[in-house]
Amino acid sequence: MFAYIIRRILATIPVMAVVALFVFSLLYLAPGDPAAVIAGDQATPADVERIRAGLGLDRPFLVRFGEWTWNIIRGDLGVSIFTNLPVSRMIAQRIEPTLSLMVITLFLAVIIAVPMGVVAAWKSGGWIDRAVMAFAVLGFSVPVFVVGYVLAYYFALGLDWFPVQGYTPISQGFGPWLSNLVLPAVALSSAYIALIARITRATMLEVLQQDYIRTARAKGAGQRTILFLHALKNAAVPIVTVIGIGVALLIGGAVITESVFAIPGLGRLTIDAILRRDYPVIQGVVLLFSFVYVLVNLLIDLSYTLFDPRIRY
Amino acid sequence: MSTTAVSPGAPLGGRAALTAKDVAVAAPLPDVMQPKRVRKGLFGYLMRHPNIAIGGFLLLLMVAIAVFAPFLWTKDPTALAPVMRTRNPSASAWFGTDMLGRDVYSRVLYGARVSLMVGFGVAFFASIIGLTIGLVSGFVRWADSIIMRIMDGLMSIPSILLAIALMALTRGSVGNVILAITIAEIPRVSRLVRGVVLSLREQPYVEAAIASGTRTPVIIWRHILPNTMAPMTVQATYICAAAMLIEAGLSFIGAGTPPIIPSWGNIMAEGRALWQVKPYIVFFPAIFLSITVLAVNLLGDGLRDSLDPRAAKRV
Amino acid sequence: MALLEVENLQTHFRTPDGGVNRAVDGLSFSVEAGETVAIVGESGCGKSVTSMSILRLIPEPPGQLAGAIRFQGKDLLKLSEREMRAIRGNDISMIFQEPMTSLNPVLSIGQQIGEALRLHQGLSKQEAEAKAVEMLTLVGIPAPAKRVREYPHQLSGGMRQRVMIAIALACNPKLLIADEPTTALDVTIQAQILDLMRDLKHRVGAAIVLITHDLGVVAEVAERVIVMYAGRKVEEAKVAELFRSPKHPYTQGLLGAVPKLGSSLDNETERLAEIPGLVPSLKEKIQGCVFASRCPKMTELCREVPPALEEKAPHHVAACHYAEREAIAA
Repeated sequence: MFAYIIRRILATIPVMAVVALFVFSLLYLAPGDPAAVIAGDQATPADVERIRAGLGLDRPFLVRFGEWTWNIIRGDLGVSIFTNLPVSRMIAQRIEPTLSLMVITLFLAVIIAVPMGVVAAWKSGGWIDRAVMAFAVLGFSVPVFVVGYVLAYYFALGLDWFPVQGYTPISQGFGPWLSNLVLPAVALSSAYIALIARITRATMLEVLQQDYIRTARAKGAGQRTILFLHALKNAAVPIVTVIGIGVALLIGGAVITESVFAIPGLGRLTIDAILRRDYPVIQGVVLLFSFVYVLVNLLIDLSYTLFDPRIRY
Repeated sequence: MSTTAVSPGAPLGGRAALTAKDVAVAAPLPDVMQPKRVRKGLFGYLMRHPNIAIGGFLLLLMVAIAVFAPFLWTKDPTALAPVMRTRNPSASAWFGTDMLGRDVYSRVLYGARVSLMVGFGVAFFASIIGLTIGLVSGFVRWADSIIMRIMDGLMSIPSILLAIALMALTRGSVGNVILAITIAEIPRVSRLVRGVVLSLREQPYVEAAIASGTRTPVIIWRHILPNTMAPMTVQATYICAAAMLIEAGLSFIGAGTPPIIPSWGNIMAEGRALWQVKPYIVFFPAIFLSITVLAVNLLGDGLRDSLDPRAAKRV
Repeated sequence: MALLEVENLQTHFRTPDGGVNRAVDGLSFSVEAGETVAIVGESGCGKSVTSMSILRLIPEPPGQLAGAIRFQGKDLLKLSEREMRAIRGNDISMIFQEPMTSLNPVLSIGQQIGEALRLHQGLSKQEAEAKAVEMLTLVGIPAPAKRVREYPHQLSGGMRQRVMIAIALACNPKLLIADEPTTALDVTIQAQILDLMRDLKHRVGAAIVLITHDLGVVAEVAERVIVMYAGRKVEEAKVAELFRSPKHPYTQGLLGAVPKLGSSLDNETERLAEIPGLVPSLKEKIQGCVFASRCPKMTELCREVPPALEEKAPHHVAACHYAEREAIAA
């Protein structure tokens, strides 16, 4: 078990290395000369050259990549071109809203989507199944910002149940924090619910065909026991796998949702950075999100053993 | 017991003499259910696959709108008319006008061109490149682990972030948007193709072909490609849908198609500031975008059910 | 009153192309308390569907059942799903063909045996586990207290089938349906499982419906045999009687020997390695005798007129126009 965890963690290193290489190349290939930007408009070519050498920008690609990677491992993501603040600090300031949004969405999506998929598989072919499948295909098709606007229009502007926009830190109270996040989380969860409900339904349909389900029925087990004890536990591995893969969807969606609901999180940071071509910030955010994604999927891999006794490390 | 008449038993060896009158006839059994007639031909096929019918129809409609946009009572989608700013939908401007007085109806119709171009473009290029990479990966052992590590890495960057990062490098243009989203989607195709190749290589008939010295290109052409087509077609439709969503998302946050080009994402991005008072500017492109993506997704689901029933069971 | 009376059972399925598969069509038989009845036939003859129909385990749709299945006088087809659940695993239980796939891979052996006990007898978790250990001992699994916490993948095929038997017998059922219980097992294990079933039958006193295609198994365990073909019963008799003098040409084919016509004259028997031809498609209504297309005795009459089941000898029925009749004692 321990050896497996170590091996699995080591296996993420090449993946993260590819991500790091990609992200570094981004900066390397970025148009514009950071040295010229730092030097300002008044600088002479000699000044720019001096700054370039000072920043180490004249050294070969691999040397710079190595140094950059080493800095990242130590937690130094560089300095924003625009604000001159360390990127890691900028991220730290913005992480709470994004993390809150993602955790609430994840929670919401799982508790809605899994029962939805289970019931759809149980009533396969019936109207509930059709409704779930219709919802699923809609969830995939309607962009998150459209869902966001529709929700905000009716539930915030129209009914005034929730604030239209903004974010309240959790330190200022759980209620205000949650009420600000309900609409964004619902909007963000639509595609995620669709994804999880579909895989749950498909896996459950397959599991419900298995012989051991027939055995359970022959024992006189009730429908609920069969669905949630006998079947769902067997369907768990594919479902949690997709929940992990879907985190990518969640990350991409969060960036856009934050801009619809004016939430000052990492998404907003990213968008501002793009508009300002603030490459170190873009790099930092992409790296962080990819790292989170890889980490989540690593944890999910390790969780398989909780669901299936046949999986032993 | 379902016996209607009990007759004297047949005499031994008296086969030829037997008629229906001499034997016990079983009672006819009732029909528990009636057979249903299944319609043949294209119409029947579409009836059995409503997803293909509905998705195909809506998509064709959108393609028609994109192609014939100039003839559908549209105005110049970029023509400014400051006097006509933010007019509500009316007989003269069906979808109203935006804050620069441009006709939203015309912009939305022309916007179909960008979305479809991006969707089809990405689906096409990602399929071709992904297929090539997947084939190399499936057949060239030493390249496989390197390629797959790269693909794993790319896949662990959420595709919209990957596209954002790539767009940050370049000037916004439709071509660059297609390129950026294509790079983000390639790993999905190549993993799929590699999976198909690896499972087919295990098949006895392919093993036999390899063992009998059939050259790799011939094997690919004869055995691999035909079996890759169905799952790839399905995958391509999903990529097309995803690409249209990503393009809209990129444009919406200002990292996609240049604002000068009317794309649905751009129209919505421009309507953002006013959405609380003039929701229609966001609403109409949103409807068109949603319907188009829905059409492609329905088509994808229908094709999957029809072409690849095994995968249909999986997801 | 017989323990189980199946009358004119029809189990039909809707096929994906809109047709109807008449998997079981007009089957009638009965089982007395404590009796062992075998249902034999080739795969696809409807014997498994019959067993699933008795417990109402056929998904509806695509399936649909008609006729009557009376258990202790109650028609199971008229019961609600809830009433049916109280019978399954309690009064009637079932052993399936595939011990490798019939146990839930993610639940422990003890949980799976205990489930029926907790459902029907309201035992607590601890009581159920204690009873599960007892059941494992009964079916001859060594180290039951350890096994009860293990998972199916840790057991061999024969062990798993013993666990299945333990599950089925946990609530002392009155009727046990065993659907090909030994088919998937090695020959030596097969013999062990059959011995175990015979032994337990005496101890528990349950009636058994044994579904099999293996006539050897029938000869060993059953008292009465029902031969099914294409969803129908074509012959029924006591085991010894059936083996001694099969009436239906299909049974004769199954038994491997067909007495030639007029065999009383030249006493020659012809060995038949296999029955030529294919089982008819159940998707079309069969006009005459279901066996006509493969029958060596077939005539025009057989193609047109379906034979009724007739008593050809005492307690021996067959559905064939040309089967010999023996004198039936008054």
